[in-house]
Amino acid sequence: MSTHTIALPRSAAGPAEDSPATRLVLIAVAIGYVGIFLLLPLVTVFSSALAGGIRQALSAVADPDALSAIRLTLIVAAISVSLNVVFGIAAAWSISKFDFRGKSLLISLIDIPFSVSPVISGLIFVLVFGMQGWFGPSLRDADVKIIFALPGIVLATTFVTFPFVARELIPLMMDQGRDEEEAAMSLGASGWRSFLRVTLPNMKWALLYAVLLCNARAMGEFGAVSVVSGHIRGLTNTMPLHVEVLYNDYQYVGAFAVAALLAMLALVTLVLKSILEWRYADEIAAVHRH
Amino acid sequence: MTLLVDSIAKQFGRYPALKGVSFNAPEGAFVALLGPSGSGKTTLLRILGGLEVADAGRITFGTLDWMSMAARERRAGFVFQQYALFRHMTVARNIAFGLEVRPRSQRPSRKEIAHRVEELLRLVQLAGLGDRYPSQLSGGQRQRVALARALAIEPRMLLLDEPFGALDARVRKELRVWLRQLHDQTGITTIFVTHDQEEALQMADLVAVLNAGKIEQIGTPRELRSEPVNDFVEHFLEVQRPAVASARPLARVANFH
Repeated sequence: MSTHTIALPRSAAGPAEDSPATRLVLIAVAIGYVGIFLLLPLVTVFSSALAGGIRQALSAVADPDALSAIRLTLIVAAISVSLNVVFGIAAAWSISKFDFRGKSLLISLIDIPFSVSPVISGLIFVLVFGMQGWFGPSLRDADVKIIFALPGIVLATTFVTFPFVARELIPLMMDQGRDEEEAAMSLGASGWRSFLRVTLPNMKWALLYAVLLCNARAMGEFGAVSVVSGHIRGLTNTMPLHVEVLYNDYQYVGAFAVAALLAMLALVTLVLKSILEWRYADEIAAVHRH
Repeated sequence: MTLLVDSIAKQFGRYPALKGVSFNAPEGAFVALLGPSGSGKTTLLRILGGLEVADAGRITFGTLDWMSMAARERRAGFVFQQYALFRHMTVARNIAFGLEVRPRSQRPSRKEIAHRVEELLRLVQLAGLGDRYPSQLSGGQRQRVALARALAIEPRMLLLDEPFGALDARVRKELRVWLRQLHDQTGITTIFVTHDQEEALQMADLVAVLNAGKIEQIGTPRELRSEPVNDFVEHFLEVQRPAVASARPLARVANFH
């Protein structure tokens, strides 16, 4: 028998490895930080929601105003995410596949929502579309309500969550270059076909990831929506706004129950993402490496 | 189908990439565009493929007004230096792509496409690898897939942009011989970009030596070697030539096997 396994001493750390103590401290710091700042609030939300028993929590969520807030949140998220997918792809496509003047300006502009406070973005929409705003009188004459109504909430949410899709796609598409699109074109594919069969499949994982993050953020947006919504109960309150209203009314169990539901929607998003990453790990790797 | 390239000019911003390039190639010729980087050879190839638009000049191919046709109408099989294979598709789907995107009326049936893919895989000596993904192949194999993909559309001409540039020396030498034999089998007019004078002189019927956006000389490898028209051509052909193994005549290459 020539197959001996040679037992190496366990403690033989390579020259480039850190000492066990350093490793332990770093891991402890990371876990501690995540635990205190990310996990603890989440646990608090759920435990406060269930403080009065599950029945009380459920009845708080089943309240007509709460149900209306949930519905509104889902509608707003669906519209904003769809809009941002379309415009995010368009922006990423033009930035990574074409050369034009003002390209770097466009890239910086995409980041505006990240750098501007959401409250200010909400105010901008009030100034533009509100009664005293630029388009206020003409909108009133046309009987179109934007501020304190669904369109305003959608606009504010879309604005705040715009960078998620574009920011996720631009580096990937820049990295992939335009060779494959050129190849598709020389093989006889029209621009649209080349998009459907080459560009879209190449970015689908990044796009999915971006959609999930964008969705989580859209459902949770508070600042900008708070300014444009008008807080009309059962009408223009989204879930985060409803949580605030309940909390200010000293209805703690109700506030935390709705908050827990909102947190759960976000958690589902993250779990979905992990499942997809695990399930399609090979394919994802194949698209990135070449 | 004679290829006539007449006074093609192209400018990128303020940088002139091509300053009026003209040449003719008879049907079925194997033409090498040879020159240092920045000489405009790749730009010329991309113009022929419809991936760039020339600022001035005319190209006709047989009776076709080449410049008035969109890239996807030209049926010019383009092979990229970095392969540009569709990374999310298997080898077989890559090769089938050009057939599958044809309008319904011209599209072969599923069965015909599968048959054609098998044929092409055999032609490029990759039979049995149709289910692999490009990332699972070696560089030389990827480049042969790219060639099979270009051949699948029954191209009017083949355009190869430094196809062996990313490969190691041994594979490069093998593929040279193989590609020349493939050309002799298919008889498709082939334009081939390279900066390697040995490669150009060994493989091509006609070599066009480019420098700074102009063709310095075009001729057979024999003509170029015996009568270089100016210092640049002489210098460029000599400088890269290894001291001992000068370019061999084509006849010996053809008898390689």
